[in-house]
Amino acid sequence: MNRIDQVFGQARKQGHKLLIPFITAGDGGAAFTLQVMRALADEGADVIELGMPFSDPMADGPVVQKACERALAAGMNLRGVLELVRQFRSRNTHTPVVLMGYLNPVWRYGLQAFATDAAAAGVDALLIVDAPPEESADLHAVLQPLDLHQIMLAAPTSSDQRLQLISAAAGGFVYYVALKGVTGAASLDGQAMVEPLQRLRRCTKLPIAVGFGIKTAADAATVAEHADAVVIGSALVQVLAECQQQRSEPDRVIADFMAPLRAALDAPVLLTS
Amino acid sequence: MSLKAGNQMPTSATTSGEIPAMWRFADAIAGASGASVPDARGHFGDYGGSFVSETLMTGLQELTEQYQRWRHDPGFMAEFARDLKHYVGRPSPIYAAERLTQHVGGARILLKREDLNHTGAHKINNTVGQALLARYAGKQRVIAETGAGQHGVATATVAARLGMQCVVYMGEVDIQRQSINVFRMRLLGAEVRSVSSGSKTLKDAMNEALRDWITNVDDTFYIIGTVAGPHPYPMLVRDFNSVVGREAREQMLADHGCLPDALVACVGGGSNAMGLFHAFVNDEEVAMYGVEAGGEGIATGQHAASLVGGRPGVLHGSKTYLLDNDDGQITETHSISAGLDYPGVGPEHAWLKDTGRANYVSVTDSETMAAFHKLTRLEGILPALESSHAVAYGMQLAASMRPDQTVLINLSGRGDKDVQTVAKLEGIKL
Repeated sequence: MNRIDQVFGQARKQGHKLLIPFITAGDGGAAFTLQVMRALADEGADVIELGMPFSDPMADGPVVQKACERALAAGMNLRGVLELVRQFRSRNTHTPVVLMGYLNPVWRYGLQAFATDAAAAGVDALLIVDAPPEESADLHAVLQPLDLHQIMLAAPTSSDQRLQLISAAAGGFVYYVALKGVTGAASLDGQAMVEPLQRLRRCTKLPIAVGFGIKTAADAATVAEHADAVVIGSALVQVLAECQQQRSEPDRVIADFMAPLRAALDAPVLLTS
Repeated sequence: MSLKAGNQMPTSATTSGEIPAMWRFADAIAGASGASVPDARGHFGDYGGSFVSETLMTGLQELTEQYQRWRHDPGFMAEFARDLKHYVGRPSPIYAAERLTQHVGGARILLKREDLNHTGAHKINNTVGQALLARYAGKQRVIAETGAGQHGVATATVAARLGMQCVVYMGEVDIQRQSINVFRMRLLGAEVRSVSSGSKTLKDAMNEALRDWITNVDDTFYIIGTVAGPHPYPMLVRDFNSVVGREAREQMLADHGCLPDALVACVGGGSNAMGLFHAFVNDEEVAMYGVEAGGEGIATGQHAASLVGGRPGVLHGSKTYLLDNDDGQITETHSISAGLDYPGVGPEHAWLKDTGRANYVSVTDSETMAAFHKLTRLEGILPALESSHAVAYGMQLAASMRPDQTVLINLSGRGDKDVQTVAKLEGIKL
């Protein structure tokens, strides 16, 4: 059974809200990323979303874009990303890893070869930002036999018809983009996501993760009222960028970053607020 | 975000029922394979499509529906035709370059004078069309990306005319080498936003414009300047520019009694080439040549020739030929001309290449400069550096052909914007 299904299944039973941190692979170097992944898992990450750096990340804001540039300058590529997952798995066999990125590098690697190698490395799912359901048939065909999920995005602008299309193509969970914008943009409007999330619930049986624009523990708590999981990306990438600059101890930085988020998601007050 | 054309549509648009045939879109021009392209999802054979984030899918689908509706609307088409005639200054003439022909000593060289259009290039055909679509869709803000600045100027121009807010994204490098166009855009009331990410050129400007559109999709119309990007852009930019080929075909038959033996146009994203080629796709006796920027030479890697020196991949929303490294990272390009400095190309060109209907070649920076000077001195026409690529190859091609044959070169833009670049290249202080 795919690790994602396991952790979401357990969480549903226990009323647990999942925390999904996003980092860019190779930002700060491969060794730094591996250390960060392990620290994240230790500090309460339920799933790790690992960004595959791309030269032209058109759906990402400046924070992730700069992280991509640093990672590429440090020599990261898809082989390196898979090697990171392999090393992470040598000590952690339970935390699901989702690879997030853009199609061209995966296409250049070869869809089949990449799916095979990703499964062997211990990857659980792929989220390809620029592969909407209409353009996902080839990807789906290589992922499914290997029990790799394709995580699909849903947006505030997606119609019911599109949500059904997305739901049919998706595996693991559906990733709802909380705002009209790129990653790390603007601020969150909890009220605005209620109606579209209700629509999405009607269209899919899969768990729902919400991301884009979640910066604080308070944001995370707001989102968790309506979703099964919270993705936190740019805010963490920014903290890691500062961590590299100031040469501070990443384990400490991660612990400080994760604790309030974890507390906000685990607080029982959530159910009544 | 719904179609709000009802209260925005100008009433005068429906009064003129007369649309010149040359300005009417062919509903589905059958391609070389007999199939009409693109298909409903924007595929040209294996190429094209909508490889974008879900955040943009609804906006693109609405745009597709709006376009499908208005392209068949006599009022919309009449207004477009009127703007092309009275604002752009169409039709643009076909000029017989007698002295250049004599100099080359081969086929007769004809020039389709898109450089004579308002704002100095073919780009205005498309921006007039898309701005009209924006108005019919009730959008008050337009954004654009630009390389050489011609598309930015053409967008700022139509935005000024329609009283729309206009933001143009332009790479930092291009802002430096095209400062005159930057100033023109600002004079026209547009805000030019400098893009300092990546290679700081056209592709990065396009990334930034896409990010803007993702964020402001409700009130913003993204006027893409070339036949690249996600569906429906490759189709609608082609259609709005196809007036070039339709006119040229009629002018050739009326004034020269025959079709040209060969068409030559420069290709960056490929909008002027697609505009010229489209009406001729079914005329199999007419050879078509797209000329890419060979930079320092294909072998040096310092070029922007995605069809000649690249391979299929996915960039900016469509599957097409592009320039990337073995890790699938898009590589930085080099060209003397900012307008061709782009690592991708319109998907329809990728399809025309694979089907063999069109030929794609490249010329180097130095061949381009030689052609720039030749045309300027022999004909008194100062071509844009982009168009000089077409002139350079057109001269080579004509030299290999008989005097009773004709080569029609698309002179897509004028070179006034490039005089500073040329002076700098040649070490001349102005």
